[in-house]
Amino acid sequence: MIYLLLFFEFFKIGLFAVGGGAATIPFLFDLSEKYHWFSFEELTNMIAVAESTPGPIGVNMATFAGFQTAGIFGAIIATLGLVTPSLIIIIMVAKLLKCYAQNPNVQIVLGAIRPAVLALILFALMQIAKISLNTSLSIGVFFMLTILMLKYKKHPILYIVLSALIGVILKL
Amino acid sequence: MKTLIKLFFSFFKIGIFTFGGGYAMLPLLKAEVVEKQKWLSEEELLDYFSIGQCTPGIIAVNVATFSGYKLKGTIGAIFATLGIICPSIIIICLIASVLNFYVGNQTVEHALAGIRIGVCALISALVLDMAKKIYKQSQYKKLHFAIFCFSICMLLFTDISAVLTVVAASVAGFIPKLIKRSTK
Repeated sequence: MIYLLLFFEFFKIGLFAVGGGAATIPFLFDLSEKYHWFSFEELTNMIAVAESTPGPIGVNMATFAGFQTAGIFGAIIATLGLVTPSLIIIIMVAKLLKCYAQNPNVQIVLGAIRPAVLALILFALMQIAKISLNTSLSIGVFFMLTILMLKYKKHPILYIVLSALIGVILKL
Repeated sequence: MKTLIKLFFSFFKIGIFTFGGGYAMLPLLKAEVVEKQKWLSEEELLDYFSIGQCTPGIIAVNVATFSGYKLKGTIGAIFATLGIICPSIIIICLIASVLNFYVGNQTVEHALAGIRIGVCALISALVLDMAKKIYKQSQYKKLHFAIFCFSICMLLFTDISAVLTVVAASVAGFIPKLIKRSTK
């Protein structure tokens, strides 16, 4: 029974949280108030862990909340609940896009959206940079890494491992 | 079947190395899905990203679903989505049981601080790279450059949402068509 409720509640979050993983946070506070599956304090811990572990934040939050509520099975059910709306909606949108991809108006819209999305990515970058590049050392490492990446197009995984090592060595 | 397994593991890999939200995933997606596997073109990836931003659900999951669908239809969408969520389920369940060790650990904190800088650098390199390509392929260079400038100003100086930014841009895309019609 708890599993059904978990699935349904996270399905709702997946359906109404538009935008990144941070958009799920207010919904989780509501859940905490409504069902007492986890306390506000636990939720704060969850946010910290979700942001600092691999995986998309929204998925991590759902997994964590499900785990706190009903163990590993709860984690799986909550995460599946979260992604089911995406699956349904995106498959419908993808089908539509396939039919109309060559339509000139669709081409105009897609062409105009690309620069706007670039602006969104740049804006997100500024937000992350504000928190992450707060010392002259970190700014120096940032420029060094960027130049390295532009020059040598290696797989990003390599750079992520490298920056983790730099963090440990320089005690960032 | 082989493609499905490949889809699953490619997105599994992306899931393991994504730190932060959907934006942090973009450089990985580009390297894995566009450059290595050549499943999508760069414009397609960006289009999926824009759509994933405006549709309900987690952006990262939406983009995974979209890519999987493009490649192998509905079953492909399911495999890619499972691939991206599996690492989270495994890692979070492990960490939840050793939470206190992980949260306060100094070495973990340093590594994460390093990764955050690395992610910033990855996204910067990606923005530069994509800006060049988008500009080169754009059919209305001046208009699209104006859309970019206007969007970033709105984002910086107002509380405009991502969804509204994208909607406004798509409306602005029709300006050349309207001008043409009115001068006729």
